[in-house]
Amino acid sequence: MNPENLQVKIKAENLDFYYGANRALKNVTIECFDKKVTAIIGPSGCGKSTFIRTLNRMNDVIPGTRLEGKILIDGADIHAPDVDVVDLRRRVGMVFQKPNPFPKSIFDNIAYGLRINGMKNKRKIEEVVERSLRGAALWEEVKDRLNDNAFSLSGGQQQRLCIARALAVEPEVILFDEPCSAIDPIATAKVEDLIEHLKTRYTVVIVTHNMQQAARVSDYTAFMMLGELVEFDRTEKIFTNPANKLTEDYITGRFG
Amino acid sequence: MRKTRWTNVRESAIRAFFFTCGILTVLVLLGIFATLVATAVPAFRDITPSEFLLKTNWDPTSPEKAEYGILSMVVSTLMVTGGALLLAVPIGIGVASYLSDVAHWRVREILKPVVEILAGIPSVVVGFLGIVLFGPLIAKVFHTGHGLNAANGSVLLAIMALPTIISISEDALSAVPAAYGEASLALGASRWQTLVRVKLPAGLSGIIAATMLGMGRAIGETMTVLMATGNARSFPHGFLESVRTMTSGIAIELGEVPYYTTHYYALFAIGLVLFVMTFAVNMAADVVLRKYQEKER
Repeated sequence: MNPENLQVKIKAENLDFYYGANRALKNVTIECFDKKVTAIIGPSGCGKSTFIRTLNRMNDVIPGTRLEGKILIDGADIHAPDVDVVDLRRRVGMVFQKPNPFPKSIFDNIAYGLRINGMKNKRKIEEVVERSLRGAALWEEVKDRLNDNAFSLSGGQQQRLCIARALAVEPEVILFDEPCSAIDPIATAKVEDLIEHLKTRYTVVIVTHNMQQAARVSDYTAFMMLGELVEFDRTEKIFTNPANKLTEDYITGRFG
Repeated sequence: MRKTRWTNVRESAIRAFFFTCGILTVLVLLGIFATLVATAVPAFRDITPSEFLLKTNWDPTSPEKAEYGILSMVVSTLMVTGGALLLAVPIGIGVASYLSDVAHWRVREILKPVVEILAGIPSVVVGFLGIVLFGPLIAKVFHTGHGLNAANGSVLLAIMALPTIISISEDALSAVPAAYGEASLALGASRWQTLVRVKLPAGLSGIIAATMLGMGRAIGETMTVLMATGNARSFPHGFLESVRTMTSGIAIELGEVPYYTTHYYALFAIGLVLFVMTFAVNMAADVVLRKYQEKER
């Protein structure tokens, strides 16, 4: 499934994932292309969040979980023994469902990722903070109050702050786990614009409950159900002429 | 259903009962404070407050000139307590971090109750440990004649303050939203960086409150320090000297003092000073905790 001969950034091969005895992903094989937006849709509990969290190994922190199969990023297995998970997460950034800024100032939230990587030069940090905030279309709104606590921002602003925070460490891939489910429609529109913009530089994978959102922002869409990948294709194809009956039923709103 | 007069009476009786229960604790506190003040004040007919607080010599039974300076005891108390915190706070935060962040949940299920049982060890048993275990050990390591000194008291008080510090710090760290940790890890921070730069700062007010409550526990402890610190009345110049804290000073002398003498009143005055000190520590802990809870909302 690679009609345009795009470069594959992420490849999952026969991926199984277990929470204890519960099998949350079943033999998922999928490719996400470089500098494209891939949306993952599906009803609640279909494993889409589980899937996206395997891509930066965030599931590692949950006790009692197990993964089988392979995930390759740029062809390299991210579970290989010599892979530093800290370094992996630096390359694969993540924006969560609920905005989760640190209880620090706006500035320090962005600078955090730089400082943990050992950047000490104040000028350079300021520079990256500004660039990241501009990249997340938040600079104009916060430039006069960088020292305010991040919690003083609105929910939508907080989510863009989290995006800016992810941008600051210059990842190659950005994962969005239902980034708009906790913010209002206007803020959602801003985040969607942003994602549109981000794909010029990053590979984006977005999990969403909102089918219109998937149709609007993504180039490719994967439909998952009960832990299985049902269909994966170009977004237009999925939404206009799905090959699978289940996909059609889901996107036309017959269930889900 | 109509209310009868009997229901009304019963209602108000029950209400009065619970009101009394509630108000009783306040009354007890006020009663203690009032007794303390009333018994302490007569001491200052013969002693000036500045002499009492700033002089280092305590010798109420001297045949020539009775002296009532409590500074040595105050300094001893602060030394022993401060030393205890110096030991207990880093260890306590370390254990709390381990329990909340590193330990397998099964280990945590076992360790947390164990820590809380530690809080239930009678102080006289801890004091006993000081005499037979830590005392000889300190004497051996530092080549002092005996090990009954401020350092010994600090070690024991640290053991006694640890459960409080661990337990409350662990609660504070566990209350830090998991989302902070996830955000930090997702940015490529190591677990250590996440703990030190995100979780500990986020739980800081809880940890400070834990420290202050531990301090409150240590500062008022009597039996342990009485047994382990040697009770010398001189002004302490180091942790390897025997010291007499305010609490042990009261405990030693109150049994033998003639009633209603200046000496007797002066012992209550020491108690009053101690009360004010612990009260201040507890108030500070309360203020910090309240600030913490406000921030959480």
